[in-house]
Formats: sequence, C-alpha cells, structure tokens
Amino acid sequence: MSGVEGKRAGEGARYRLEVCDLEIRSGRDGPPVVSEISFAVRPGEVLGLVGESGSGKTTVALALLGHTRRGLSVSAGEIRLDGVDLLRLSQAGLRQVRGARVSYVPQDPSAALNPALRIGYQLREALRVHDRDVEENRALEVLGEVRLEATPDMLRRYPHQLSGGQQQRVALAMAFSCRPSLIVLDEPTTGLDVSTQRHILDTVRRLCRVYGVAAVYVSHDLAVVSELASEVAVMYAGRIVEAGPAAMLFGHPLHPYTQGLLASVPVPEGGQLLAGIPGQQPPPGHRGPGCSFAPRCGIALDECRGRVPESAPMAGRTVRCLRAAEAGAARTQPRQAAAAAGPPSGAPVLSVRGVSARYGPVPVLSGIGLEVPPQSCVAVVGESGSGKTTLARCVVGLHRDWTGEMTFQGARLAHGARQRPVPVLQQIQCVFQNPYTSLNPRKTVGQIVAEPLQRLLRVPRGEQTDRVISVLEDVALGGRYLSRYPDQLSGGERQRVAIARALVAEPRLLVCDEVTSALDVSVQAVVVELLRAATARRHLAMLFITHNLALVRNVAQFAVVLQRGEIVEAGPAEQVLADPGSSYTAQLMADVPRLRSAGPPAVTPGRPHQGGG
Amino acid sequence: MTAAGPRPGRIRRHQWLASAGAAVRTPRGATGLALAGFVVAVAVIGPLVTPQSPEALLTFPFAKPSGRFLLGADFLGRDVLSRVLDGGWLLLLMAVSATVLGIAAGAAAGISAAYLRGRRDGLIMRTVDVILAFPQLVFALLLLSILGPKLWLIVLAVGLTHAPAVARVLRAATLDVCERDFVKVAELQGMRPAAVMTKEILPSLSTPLMVEAGLRLTYSIIIMAGLAFLGFGQPPPSPSWGTMINENRAGLALNPWAVIIPALLIALLTVGTNLLTDAVGRAALGVDRKPEEAALVDELGPARSGVR
Amino acid sequence: MLAGRIGNVADARAAHPVRHLLGRRAAAGLFTLCVVSVLVFAATEVLPGNAANAVLGRTAASSPAALHRLEAALHLNRGLLDQYWLWLSGLLTGHLGHSLVNGQPVWGYVAPRLINSAVLMAVTGLIGTVAGVALGALAALRRDGWFDHVCAVSALTLTALPEFVVAIGLVILFSTVVTHLLPAVSLLPPGSYAWSAPQLLILPVATLVIVIVPYIQRMTRAAMIEALESDYVEMARLKGVPMWRVVLVHALPNATAPVIQVIGLNFLYLAGGVVIVEYVFAFPGIGQGLVYAVENRDIPVIQFIVVLLAAFYVFMNIVTDVIALLVTPRHRIPR
Repeated sequence: MSGVEGKRAGEGARYRLEVCDLEIRSGRDGPPVVSEISFAVRPGEVLGLVGESGSGKTTVALALLGHTRRGLSVSAGEIRLDGVDLLRLSQAGLRQVRGARVSYVPQDPSAALNPALRIGYQLREALRVHDRDVEENRALEVLGEVRLEATPDMLRRYPHQLSGGQQQRVALAMAFSCRPSLIVLDEPTTGLDVSTQRHILDTVRRLCRVYGVAAVYVSHDLAVVSELASEVAVMYAGRIVEAGPAAMLFGHPLHPYTQGLLASVPVPEGGQLLAGIPGQQPPPGHRGPGCSFAPRCGIALDECRGRVPESAPMAGRTVRCLRAAEAGAARTQPRQAAAAAGPPSGAPVLSVRGVSARYGPVPVLSGIGLEVPPQSCVAVVGESGSGKTTLARCVVGLHRDWTGEMTFQGARLAHGARQRPVPVLQQIQCVFQNPYTSLNPRKTVGQIVAEPLQRLLRVPRGEQTDRVISVLEDVALGGRYLSRYPDQLSGGERQRVAIARALVAEPRLLVCDEVTSALDVSVQAVVVELLRAATARRHLAMLFITHNLALVRNVAQFAVVLQRGEIVEAGPAEQVLADPGSSYTAQLMADVPRLRSAGPPAVTPGRPHQGGG
Repeated sequence: MTAAGPRPGRIRRHQWLASAGAAVRTPRGATGLALAGFVVAVAVIGPLVTPQSPEALLTFPFAKPSGRFLLGADFLGRDVLSRVLDGGWLLLLMAVSATVLGIAAGAAAGISAAYLRGRRDGLIMRTVDVILAFPQLVFALLLLSILGPKLWLIVLAVGLTHAPAVARVLRAATLDVCERDFVKVAELQGMRPAAVMTKEILPSLSTPLMVEAGLRLTYSIIIMAGLAFLGFGQPPPSPSWGTMINENRAGLALNPWAVIIPALLIALLTVGTNLLTDAVGRAALGVDRKPEEAALVDELGPARSGVR
Repeated sequence: MLAGRIGNVADARAAHPVRHLLGRRAAAGLFTLCVVSVLVFAATEVLPGNAANAVLGRTAASSPAALHRLEAALHLNRGLLDQYWLWLSGLLTGHLGHSLVNGQPVWGYVAPRLINSAVLMAVTGLIGTVAGVALGALAALRRDGWFDHVCAVSALTLTALPEFVVAIGLVILFSTVVTHLLPAVSLLPPGSYAWSAPQLLILPVATLVIVIVPYIQRMTRAAMIEALESDYVEMARLKGVPMWRVVLVHALPNATAPVIQVIGLNFLYLAGGVVIVEYVFAFPGIGQGLVYAVENRDIPVIQFIVVLLAAFYVFMNIVTDVIALLVTPRHRIPR
C-alpha cells in the first residue's frame, strides 16, 4: 500500500522512502508549488508519479534528492530515506546521500551529461566521490549492465558522440553505479522514439528487480507508467489527487481527473472517441481556495470550490475528492467508438508520385508516392528522422528542393510556395507542430485569424469579423478571444487558434504536422476531436503527420508508415495497425506502450531487439 | 481559467513601451533616467541661461572660481560655467543622429541578411567584417584625416562604424525569429519578403533594437566626446565638453573645475544611458521575473521537450 | 529532426574541424585584409583628389616645385592601379616609404611605438583578464549576494565611462589635484622602451584595466551562470559531487570558450582604446603616433598603422576562434 498509510509510525521500516506532507513554495513565502504530498515506496517497488505539465511532479522528484530549483524552497514536510529525513541533513550529509543512496535519471540526457567531459570520466566520478571502487573494470561493468558496448573506446567518448538512447543508458548506468536504495527517474524517455523508449523501460525494470532498488518514475505518459509501476500517484495542480495500486487506478479510477486523463489516452488498436478535459491546469498562485480541478470538473459542487478536499482512503486507494463515490459510479459507460467516415470516392485531392527530397547533400525522402482521397484523412507515421515533416513541408511549399510530381486537384504543384498561385495557397492550409511559435506574439487572435481572409480570399474588412467569430466558435473558442494575445492563451488554445486560421481560408486540404506533440494528453484529446469534427463538417481532406501510432486510428482512414525517407507500408489505417505487413510496423506497434490495468508485466529477459537504441 | 493572470514573457504589440515603462520603475532604470535626464536638461536649457558670453575673453587664464565666474576661467580666461552650459547640445545632437543612422543601417543589413540568406547574406556579412576590422575611433580618425574635421562627417563615420555590430546582433536575433512558424505561415499566405520582414519580423525585434539603441547611444557619446578631446570636434572657439577637458588639462592645478565639470557631465550622461539601457534590457527579457513565475517555467518541462 | 544527419555530413566534410576552421578563417581574413588595403589606399590617395595637396595644404599653391617632388615621392603621377600595386608591394616587403612630416622611414618611426604599445596592451590584457575572470567567477558563485550587486553596479558604471574621463580622473587623483604620487605624463626619453620606466606605465595601464575589467567580469559571470544553471551541473550536484568540484570540473570547462571569445574581443578593443589613453599620457605608442599623423596628415604613417590594426583584428579573431574550438570537445571532435 502506498499513500497516506506511509505516515503511520512503526511501519516506517518496511519502506525505503516515505514522504509526509511535503510542501514546496516559490520564494520563502510565495504561493505553494506543491502541497500535502505524501507517499511511500517499498524496496523493489516502482511508484509512478503521473501528472501533466505544471502539476509539480518534477519539483517533487528533485525534492526526493533534497534538491529544489532556484526560487523554490521546502516549507514543510519530511522525506525519509531508510528512516533518515533528507530535509534535516547538512549540505555535507546530503552530498554523501546523493548519488550513493538516492540517484537521479534526468529527462534530457543530452543536456544532463557534461559536454566537456568524457563518458568514462563522468562514470568514474560518480563512483569516486563516494569512495567506491574506481577501477577501469567497474566502469566497464556498469556499461554492460545497461547493455551498452563495454569497451574502453566507449569510455573515451564525449556525450555528443552518442545517440539519445545511448546517452540515456549512460545516465542510467551512472544512477545505478553506486547501488542506491532509491532511484528517481524524471521522464527518462520523453523525446525518445518508441523503440528506444522500450529498451530503456526494459532496462529500468530489469535493474530495479535485480538490485531490489525502489524507484519513483515521474511521467506524463500514463501508458508508460502502467507498464512499469505497481503503485501510482496522480498529481494535479501541486497535489496528489489519487494514489493506489496501478491496477486499481487504471482499472477503476475514482477521481474525475484520473478518469478524464484515462479517457484522453489514445489506444493504438482502437478508434474510440477521445474524451479530453476542457480547460487547463491553474499555475501556482492562481489555484483558488477549493479543489483545483473543480473548474474543469463536470460533477463539481459549490462545496468543492470552497475548500480543498482531504485525501481519504476509498476502495483500496486514497482519493482527494468529495464526489469520488459518485464519480466512481458514473464511470461505467464504455468508450464510444469513433464514427467511421463514409467510403471516400472521387479523384484524389492530392497525389504524390515519386517524390524525393534532400537537405543540401543529404537525401531525406526517396520515391514517395501517396494519394489523399477527398474527405478523408491520411496519417503519415514515422520516428524522428523518417522524413515525415519534410514531406509535409514539400506539400505546403516550404521545402523547395524536391524532385518528382505532386498534383493538387488535378493540377501540378509548383515547388515553392512563392511560385504557387493564390488559389492554391488558399486551398492547402497547414497547422504547425508548435503552437508557441506559430502565432505572431504581437498580434491579437482576431488579427491572426483574419489574415487569410485579407490576403487569400480578399474578403472586405467589414465582413471579416463575423467570419472570424464563426470559425473561432467552430474550434470552441468564440468571439471573446478576438482581442486576446497569444501569450494569454494556453498551449491548447493556441493550437485551436492555429486550426481556426487554417479553416477560415476554406481549404480543400489541411496539412497537420505533429499538431499535438507539444500538448498535454488531456488537451491533445480535445484538439484531436475538434480537428476531426471540423474536417468532417467541412468535407476536408487531411494529411496528418505524427510520430504517435496510437493517434492514427483516432483521426485517419489511411496510414502511411515512413522509415528513413521511404514508405515501408501503406493502406487502410485499420489494416496497417492491426495486421502490419512489414516487420518494421509490427515492431513499432509492439513497442508502443499500452495502458495496462492488470499491473506491470513480468520481466522478459533477453528480449530480442533490433538496433542499439 | 483561460486568462489565468500574468504569464512569463508577456508580449504585446507595443512591447517596447511596456518594457520602457517597466524599466524606469526599477531602481536602476530610475537612476539612469535621472542622471541622463539631468545632463540632457543642462545641455538643452543651458545655452539659454549662460550668465556670460561663452566665447568672450573675460578674465585671466585659469582664474579661480569667484562670484562672477562661479566655475572660474579656462585657459584663455573665458567663463567656464557659460562654456559648460553651451557645450553639450551639439554633442547630444550628433550622438543621437549617429545612433539613429547606425541602428537604421545596421538593422536593415542584419535583418535582410538573415531573412534572405544565401549570397546576399554572405555579401552583407563580409562587408560587416571589413568595417569591423577598423577600430571605431581609428575609422573616424581615418575619415577625418582625409576629408577634414567636418561635423556631418563625424556623424557619418560614427554611425557607419556602429552599423556592423548592430547588424551582427540583429542578424542573430532575426535568424531566431525566422525559425518560428508564424514567419512560415506569412509566406504561405503569399506575403512578399519585404512585407514579411517589416510586418512579421521587425515587431518581434523590439527588445534587441532597444538595447542596441541604448548601447550605441552610449558609445556614440563616448566616441564623439573622445574625438572632441583629441581635437577633432567643433572648431574653436565654440565650446564642447570633450574639447574643454583637453584644452584645460594644463591648468588642472590652477582651476580643476574647468576639467572636472565637463568630465563629470559626460560621465553622468554615459553612465545614465548605460544604466537605463541595462534596465530596459532586463525588463524586456524578464530577468527580473517574479519567483512564482520562475517556478512555473521550471514546471513547463514536458511541454518544452515535446517540442524539441 | 534533421539536425543530426546534416551535422553528420558537415562533419564528414570537415574531417579535421580545426584545420577546416583555420583554413576557412584564414581565407576570409585574407580577403578582409585585401579589401581593407584597397579601402585604406583609396581613402587616403584617391578620395580627396590629391594627397599631396592635402599634405601641403595652403603652401601647395605657393610652391609648385614642392608639390611635384611630393607627387613623385607618393607616385601620384602614375595610374591608380600602379599606385596601389607599388604601395601594396612596399607594404609587403617592408618598404613603407617615409613620413611626410619628419622624413623618417615609416618603419623606423612606427617600430618602437609598436613595441611600446604592445607592452602596454600585454600588461593591461594580462592584469585585466586575470582580474576580470576572477571577479566574474566570484560574482557568479555569489549570485544575487551583495558582492554580485556591487560588481554589477560598478561594472555598469565603469563600462560607460569614456577612457579619457577615467584617465583624467586618475590624473586628478594621483598626479595633480589630490596627490602627486605618480607622473601625469608618460614621456619616454627617445630610444628607450616602456619597460625601462615601469612607473610611467602605471596610470595608462590602470586606465585601460578599469575600462576592460568590467566587461570581462560581466561576460565571465554570464558564462559561469549559464554553466552553473545547466542541467549537467544540476546532475553533478545530484550525483553528490562536492561544490568545489562542480565549479572547477563541471562548470568552468564549459564557460571557457565564451570567456576566451570575450578576452579576444577585449584585445581588439584595446587596439583602439590605446589611441586616446596614449594621447592623454603622451605615451609614445602607435595610438599617439596615429593621432599625430592624423593631425599632420602624414599619409604613409596613417596607412601603415591602420592596416597594421586591421591585420591585428583579423589575426586575433582567428586565434580566439581556434582556441575556443580547441576547448570545446563538441566542436573539436566529430560525432
């Protein structure tokens, strides 16, 4: 059991780590960033700390090593590691504990490994500062444990000479090298491809089992956590809202936020509607007196807004919700299946034939051929470096260096956007990956959305506002957003403005380049559903570029899988994902983490893998 | 919950006004404004209130301060106070003109180099390299030695030598802005390059532009006063702070005020503009961010990495 | 997404990044110097019509014979391209001609000044770098403490002061009005060099040090803070590495490259900054020589000193870039 029970005296010895009522504030007496954090972890157990961006999970993770970032300070609570309160240790005492008894695996190893020092030096240093065995063999041994090539040559490399997956393995090796009691992993696979992620997860699971290390695994990715953790704590706006055994939480969530989060996670095999959670998480200092989730909660009462609910045990876990019983009862209806689009007919809107593209001397795409039928969506799936974004850039005319042929509604497409006539520019619209850079920060939402009307459709000024408001309503924003500036909007809202800007031009083809990868999962679900509804209503064709296989079935009727610039598989989405014809797609599907409500799987030693990660 | 109060990096269309306003509310900005404002006031109002003729020989050289000559006399026996009051406005005017010239030329070169890329970029940046190879003061001296000490030439020379450094800074800033997708969106909407640069890119460069303008103004004053000090400024007998320092050096032991006061005014002016520039830069970049916002930025981890 | 692959290819093209950079920079530098020489030549010989007229000024009209002699000496009677070629080959072979003011060979006139200026710059650069880097690193470690604040405000104040104001201030404090501890001017007896009278160096060096230290200090502080705020330093601290080791082993090596760039920049600044300081203290260096030459329109001397300074700029840029590359493994070693 985890959660508040960790607080009980006498039981402490059973736990490696106990956190009691931890509170961290910004500044000395600024608003709390996290409060009333309590959980406990036993040896060999993995606790998953789940939350979306802004929930405070990284702040908690760092506090487990007695560390707070600049501007933050611990204002209350205890963090006991093997019975010793880390928060009471001196700097020197803390230094002896860090790396030796509790270690940390960072989110971004490319930034966390020192670029000026060799891998071997950094590994040996981890041992040396704790007076451990510093022989050459030990460093090599550690490399072997994380399945890296254990050669002196590897030790002599600098971090930039390794791939992202290898860098993360080095960080893992460093974290395990002193045989700590506890290891804190902060989103260690974010930004890695699924296959690399799979390798890292397997390594973590194996090492934790073998050495009986307790682990806290911090992540925004519920599927990843469900594969690894036996206990889970869900954080929202600085508090743990629900905590308990993974199987229970994922199988039968009680807190409305946990429920919403789970309903937002796309499932690779299924094409169910994603529910999403409207609204956004309040930042520290803007959290109000009551339950922080109340403004987004469908079943909140006035009472919920008045005070923060206590964390209470219920059905084998702890929940911080006044309406947990009702919420638990309400969540019985199964997910709705996404409405399948009618069979597409007619000539393709876009057809790409034998397109090869290069960046300078580097070939990026070779011999790409695909068709986008009218009123349907084609998903282009690939890992990083597969050339999928380049394909999108060629189609919209941002990348000019390509050969082959593209026709749009029967007419040949010129290479660059500047050579394309205005009607073509108007009929192909694009939504970019990063909503933080795709809106001009010096313009209001109204100005941004009106621009295509002005430049592409030549709509008189007087008629622009009505059309802008109507399209903003289509993306669930409405006229009150007209005079807002992008920096007043959340990531999801910005992306909806970007979609509105594309829709207002009345295109025939919408190109979406990784439009949800910068968004939290609950927001991603909202955006995906909105995109699907809007394109269906307007009978748009869509080219949907993504690295996320799980999303494909939710948006697309057809799927194209790219690998190193070539198409390895194409066909109806259902068939490609359910019954892949190529081993590459099959491997990708196997590597996609899936939500498990039956607890983490057993370790599969010696699982065959292609490539080194 | 959509507009949940202030967020880091508050950016508006007229961001520069907001930054300037925030800057003068910081202690540094307020001090800078007060110092520079005082000197500007002396330079602007001064010529109207000179107690004596600034060019007339009224007493003996290096006369000590007295009731009639509050700051004593200079090396020719002219009233130091009157010369100080009359000796700043031209320096200010020239420094501001050179700054405007340098910023305009540098910004145009830097922005177009970064946006247009390719051969034009190479050509502009090679030119920048060549001009940078001359130390600023040396470049001005070279031009003056050829064409004679003309005031417009000083403005031109100083402005021209500012341009390369400004161009480098703005090129880097523009490259950064060009990476952002809203620039690509504008291109996809059929916008011409000139319009993209002025309407989409330029408004996002207000911070580097403001900071550069402040820095270049400070340097302009330093170089202009330095040239005057070396004897390449306004021709005598009209007064100028830089010239006064040099011509009255010999009498430091007799009447130090003839040197100290102009030196002090120049120092207050440059220190003032520098403090103000620093405050504006900090305000615009959000260096003086509130701790709660800093915490929020830390928590934006996953969103940041997702974009990568 | 493609950065990695593109990087690979770029690296493959440049199997030896150092040699590659050196080659590219040397070529660009040579080009810059060529353009500079053309500009300097054009500016001094062509623009005003006739340098001889400019030199002789009012007397030119009165003495046509003198004008002719001067025109011949300056090769003004030849074609432009010829003139440039004669001047450039003279420059490269050390035949720089004679000063128009005192008839001395230009090299003989400039060489001792060059040595004096080099001594001044070297001493200033050494003291300034050590003091600036030390103060900057200390301020970064004591970030937001009183030391940092004092450093920040004094740096902002001092960088804004013109050199001649600092110089005059020092003269007032140490040589005239307040005390008489040091000589107000650094007049050297002819034929002797700066090191023969070190006390004469004190005020010029102090002035230049005061002007450059705040700049180096601020940049060092910024580079150190960037390194100290990085993920790898946080990681090192979470590994239990002691603070002194974090600073020396983890932060410092990563702050070196930007600091070296700043030091290089300051030497470049000094090349211009010596002009005014040498003039104030009557220190016989190339800066003072340049001011005198400009006052007297001594064209051959101006040309030589300006080209010399430009060459120094190009050379220093290459040196700092190469050193910065050498201390950055990420750039030095291909993937």
